Order: sequence, then C-alpha cells, then structure tokens
Amino acid sequence: MCLGIPGQIVELVDETKKLALVSVGGVKRTVNVACIVDDAHPASGLVGTWVLVHVGFAMSRIDAAEAEKTLALLEELGEVQAELQAMADGERA
Amino acid sequence: MKFVDEFRDPTHAAALVREIGERVATLGRSPSRPLKIMEVCGGHTHSIFKYGIEQMLPPSIELVHGPGCPVCVLPVGRVDDAVKIAETPGVLFATYGDAIRVPGSRGSLLDAKAKGADVRTVYSPLDSLALARKNPDKRVVFFGLGFETTAPSTALTVLEAEASGVDNYFVFSNHITILPTIKAILDAPDLSIDGFIGPGHVTMVIGVAAYGFIADTYGKPFVIAGFEPLDVLQSLAMVVEQIARGEAKIENQYRRVVREGGNAVAQDAIERVFELRPHFEWRGLGTIEHSGLTFREPYARFDAEKAFAIRTVPVADPEQCQCGDVLKGVIKPWECKVFGTACTPAVPIGACMVSSEGACAAYYQYGRVSTSARAEARRELKVVR
Ligand code: SF4
Repeated sequence: MCLGIPGQIVELVDETKKLALVSVGGVKRTVNVACIVDDAHPASGLVGTWVLVHVGFAMSRIDAAEAEKTLALLEELGEVQAELQAMADGERA
Repeated sequence: MKFVDEFRDPTHAAALVREIGERVATLGRSPSRPLKIMEVCGGHTHSIFKYGIEQMLPPSIELVHGPGCPVCVLPVGRVDDAVKIAETPGVLFATYGDAIRVPGSRGSLLDAKAKGADVRTVYSPLDSLALARKNPDKRVVFFGLGFETTAPSTALTVLEAEASGVDNYFVFSNHITILPTIKAILDAPDLSIDGFIGPGHVTMVIGVAAYGFIADTYGKPFVIAGFEPLDVLQSLAMVVEQIARGEAKIENQYRRVVREGGNAVAQDAIERVFELRPHFEWRGLGTIEHSGLTFREPYARFDAEKAFAIRTVPVADPEQCQCGDVLKGVIKPWECKVFGTACTPAVPIGACMVSSEGACAAYYQYGRVSTSARAEARRELKVVR
C-alpha cells in the first residue's frame, strides 16, 4: 500500500477528469494523474513520463533509472506480482 | 557481513556499514544501552528484514520498528465496525486486500464474506467508485485506510463522486496522520528514541518542513529515506553522523522523489475533504489527539460513520496478542509467546501478522531462524545477569 509501483504513461484517457493509461510491468491500467499536473506540467505532455503509482493515483514523477531501481526492489520484496494482480482484480471487481 | 553480497552495490554497502560502526564506536553506547533508531514506515521495516540490515549493524544500535503500518494500527473496535457495515443488507463493502484478513473480535471481513456479506477487494478507491456506478441499487462503502500517502486518493475520489453526482457512495474513513503519531512516540515515557528514519512516500505528500518540531522542540535527528537497502543504510549513517556531531536536523536522503514542499495538489485534496478528529484510537498506542481524519461538513453525506450510525466501542486485543507492544517497539515479535506457532500469516491472531509491512509478518517471512537464535542468546544473557 505504501511503497507504490512505477509505471509509464502511455495514453491520455480523459484530460478533464485527469485520467491516463499507465503501463506497469506490461499491465495497463487507468490511473488518476491529478497530483502530477499543474500549469508548468500540463496533462497534454504526459505520455512517456514515468510516475510512482499509489493505489491508482500517480503521486510523483520519477526518472527512468529510479523507476527501474524501484521495480527491482519490489521484485525482490516479492511485491510486484501481488500488486499487478490487485490492479487487474480491482478493475474487474 | 555476509548479507552485504546481496546488495546491488556491495562495496558501497560495506563502506556504509563500516562508517556507521566507526561513528557509533565514538558514542560510548553498548548492547545493553544501545542507540535506538526508529524507522517509522512499514515499507522500511519490510526492506530492513529482507536485506538483513539489522544483522549488519553493530550491536550497540537497535532498530525500533515504528507504527507506520496502517493495517496494523487499526484497533479491533474499528475492524468490528467495518464488519458490521459490511454485514448490513444492501451494502457492498470494498477494501484493500491488506485489510481483509485483519481479525476483529467477531472475525475478519473475509469471514463476513464467507458468511454471505458482499465484500470485494479493490486496488484503488477509484475501483470502489466504479462499483458504486455499476451497482446503483446498493450502498457501496470504501474502507479508507492509510496515512497521507493514500488519503489524497480517497479525497480525490470523493471529490469525483460529488462532481459526478454518485449518491450511493460512502467512505468509512480510518485515515491517519503522521505528525501527531511521531509526537506521541516522542512523548511516550517508555520509549527513548535517539533518531528517526522518516517515511519516504508520506513526505512526498506532506513535504519536509512539516517535521521541523522533531529537531527544534525534541532535539532528535530525522532523515527522510528511500526504500532501497542502500538508501536505508545511508540514512542510518546520516542519523548516526548527526548524533555524533551533537546535531538535530531534518535531512532528506530521498531527494529523487521527495520535494521540499511535498505535493500541493494532494495536500489541497486532503484539506478540502477532511478535517482532524479531536482524537483517534490506535492499536497499541492508545488514543492520539488529532491523529485521525474525518469528513468536513460539506462532504458529510459520504461519511459511512454517519450513514450507518457507527459508534465505535473500544475492544481489547486478543489476550495472547502483544501486537500493541510490538508496535510501540517495547517487545520484538519473537518475544510474543504465540509468534510463529499459533500466530502465522496464514492464521493471524493479531494485525501485525497480516500485512507484509507488519513487523510480525516481516520477522516471520525473513528473520525467523536468525532472530530466534538471537532470542536464545538474549535469554542466556538474562540468566547470566
Ligand atoms: S505474533 Fe501474532 S499474536 Fe503475537 S504480537 Fe504478533 S500479531 Fe500478535
């Protein structure tokens, strides 16, 4: 819940509702990006950005190297599979 | 130092361990009067166990595992309330997977589900709002859990529910805030913490300045840390360095993710939707003033406590369970009599054995052999003394 998981924004879904499609370890999921857009960083420029996703919300922009490191850590902690499963199940619930 | 080999940069890790050792040696501490450093966040607890960081450190440093596991600090009475709401006819109860197995006095949410309650596991509050849209004939209740890392997500979801006129959506808020918690730990007479490893992702939301009082008023070092094993070691080195120099500062080791001011959008969302409760009960820590979040008046219609007339009754932990003492750092998990025997992650007696961020679960998963050996050693020591 607290560690979050890195993902890359691949598509802007709804600019007004601030929803984007994020790819997390190959799994795609709609995520709210309200916390990482502001005047200096408009939603239109988001595709390709790496973000840290907590419970379906992108909470921070990170660089690709940080994303890779965090993913490796989560992998070692055995958290990745559980997180991806939860993401997929959540949308189907 | 055999564990260091597991690090992505073993040389750097070994150097940090050496640096910590040399610094601590100048402080005149001993294993019977160790330097106590608390990691506040459950994510750090998990990392510390996985990489065996405790075992690498000199015996005159003790890591105290703090209360930063939101599922663990939820008191039994609030779990009972959740079960009661979930069992109400016409309710669909949505919860994070972490919380579904936490035992209440009349069983867990999973038990309620087995008996026919409609309990669903969701990954995000957004999923629970989607459930409300899909099931207009049901009252959908989301179990809001967590510190400032997840509170903005709940708040933004409530704002979205309001904007789109969803009227069968409710939140049972058990959100908690970090600052009063740390203050309560600093004020606790039986805990003398010398310094802190601060939570990375909570700080990503609330910003660095908020912790000023820990250094200014209490004179304790506080280093906001990343979750990589090297981050944790480096942050420990920074805490020890401050202590050795007689300083107390708030430092940010996790600059890659944590900005000084935190996240303004997330702070605004919390501020708009929630206000502080006068007090909130925690497992193990008792009642802490201004530590819980509840709905502000304009959003009261989303408040499950009002909609379901919840009056929380405090309920004691199961008699064998010492989760409360574990959360305060007064005992280590293996000192609990049922640890690893009657209480395991598959059949948890207390909440600390449920979430992977809980200290009992983390000890069980990674540290059982070595720590029970330590327990033996400690018992022998007691006999000798
Ligand atoms: S081992 Fe189980 S019963 Fe003992 S303190 Fe931990 S959670 Fe409670």
